[in-house]
Amino acid sequence: MLGNILVNALMNAGVYAMLAVGFSLMFGVARIINLAHTAFYMVAGYCIFYLVSTAGLPLPLAILISIVAVVVLAVVVYRLLIDPMREHETTVLILTIALALVLQEAMLLWFGGYFRSVPAATAGYATILGVRVSFQYLLTLGVLAGALVAVWLVLMKTKLGLAIRATAQDREIAEVMGMDESRTATLTVAIASALAGLAGAIVAPLYILEPRMWLNPLTIVLAIAVLGGLGSLKGSLFGAAIIALAESLVVFLVPQGAFLKGAFSLGIMILVLLIRPEGLFGVAFEEER
Amino acid sequence: MTVVRYLNWLWREFKGEILVLPGRSILFFGAVALLALPLVFRHPYALRILTMASIFAIFAASWDLISGVVGQLSLGHAIFFGTAAYTSALLNLNAGLPPVVTIPLGALAAVVAGLAVGIPCLRLKGQYLSLATLAFPIILAGLVMVFSSVTGGELGVSGVTRLAPTRLKEYYVAVVAAIVLILAVWKITDSKVGIIFHAIREDEVAARASGINTPLYKVLAFCLSGLFAGLAGGLYAHYMRIAGPSTLSVLTSFQPIIWVIFGGIATIYGAVVGVFVLFPLVEVLRVAPELRMLLYAASIVLVLRFMPEGLAPWVIDRLERKCPRCKEHNAFTRRACRVCGTALRVPQEKGVPSGG
Repeated sequence: MLGNILVNALMNAGVYAMLAVGFSLMFGVARIINLAHTAFYMVAGYCIFYLVSTAGLPLPLAILISIVAVVVLAVVVYRLLIDPMREHETTVLILTIALALVLQEAMLLWFGGYFRSVPAATAGYATILGVRVSFQYLLTLGVLAGALVAVWLVLMKTKLGLAIRATAQDREIAEVMGMDESRTATLTVAIASALAGLAGAIVAPLYILEPRMWLNPLTIVLAIAVLGGLGSLKGSLFGAAIIALAESLVVFLVPQGAFLKGAFSLGIMILVLLIRPEGLFGVAFEEER
Repeated sequence: MTVVRYLNWLWREFKGEILVLPGRSILFFGAVALLALPLVFRHPYALRILTMASIFAIFAASWDLISGVVGQLSLGHAIFFGTAAYTSALLNLNAGLPPVVTIPLGALAAVVAGLAVGIPCLRLKGQYLSLATLAFPIILAGLVMVFSSVTGGELGVSGVTRLAPTRLKEYYVAVVAAIVLILAVWKITDSKVGIIFHAIREDEVAARASGINTPLYKVLAFCLSGLFAGLAGGLYAHYMRIAGPSTLSVLTSFQPIIWVIFGGIATIYGAVVGVFVLFPLVEVLRVAPELRMLLYAASIVLVLRFMPEGLAPWVIDRLERKCPRCKEHNAFTRRACRVCGTALRVPQEKGVPSGG
């Protein structure tokens, strides 16, 4: 039981962390609440399904192509639709909702409303802590950890990362200091969507694909981002761990827990917000008036 | 004699307050057309669409009140709609109360929900508040699923009494309720309380510095918004004769956001315009069933790309002009302000929206 809970939590935490880090980055740098974030994750999943099942490409190549496709899609949408509207915060909000709906319907149109699944990359399983863990799980966990470390290194050790963090802290000052704000924002969108794409790519063989699969992760990602503090990376990681663990506990320990997992994690979010209104690691932004 | 004088006064008021402005005339004649429509055209499908649109217009206006006017952007407005829908349906089924009683009681439950959401959210600001409100309907939906013996779980509470015995009466109940309630919301935003609401949105710190008890007014706004959304939810439950978990879904929360921002936020009339344009649009798009939602979402994206303020303000900008001296609105045909007589700029420079 305990092993099940831990393995499940670790897996979900990884996926949530990837999505939440991207979401948080995008909020921090470009000041966009991107409600279409998890829609990109869905698009990546479907892209892989198409490339593997219909076009017959090997999985790693398919993953690479889907990530590139998602990044291109996200950057084009950002430059064409979101960037010119950025001053109108509420308009951006529904632009992203509408965008998510467009993507959902596009997937529905191409692939139908059926539940789809992608064949796993590896077969077999290992036994850890008395729990059967398939190699696919382990592989996924490895990729997740690798990707998160890579993002961390980019943000902390490169000039680009410095620019991203600086812009997230104060857009105007960063611009005054000679950072190209719009270029940084575009690159952030690219990184964030690549993370969403990768998350979608690696869970595709484990989860079931369907056109509405973006909605549930979206609420969870919002909860994590708020719980950890909007714009904070550390917060996203801790938030993802907390929410994933809470979900697993509820699912395994509470009767009818599967219905309550969303309610429980969001309840935790509200509790945290009541105690710390800016989230666990959030910085209270200087009110932008 | 008095009757004639009263009618005379009424006509002058009507001419001076409504006919003089194209925007108001459009809304007034729209409402009249809505009331008169069944006299000439009684297609059940069209009546159904307009009934639903009227109910959703109340819902959208209530969202505009809290999110547009007071600026507390709510992403979880379904909590009010769903609470009221379930309360009305359950009271109707279990206690046998008629819709006249259950709808107000449902709205009362939504007011309580407004308190439950509003008080914790006092500590939160901006985006944190929006995302926290998103959580409430999802939590309630989880509880609805768990206590499925009472709430019917996935299937919902069905077999609720009809809103009115015939389709036509249902139509009139919904339309009249929409007109009265939306006017009420609009009057609230225009009253002294409304001015305080606007002040809280524009600058909460300054409002507080002026001696306004902003937390009190924010909770009041949540309750008022809950009240109107709740009335819409009750009407919906009795019209659809079912209250299901879809009333609490994320998409139910997003619908009013789409309508209101499309129509024009913080105006109330924008909410009405948004619903009455977009809701029938979805039905018209049924000609291409597979492409329906795609076209719907794409048209919203495109319209907003070129009218970021929303549809209604964009149209008003073209039909009305603000007097540079007294800030009164004037029809675009006028050369001088109708209140102070100042000459209006003729012609207006192209490409520069007035009042921007």
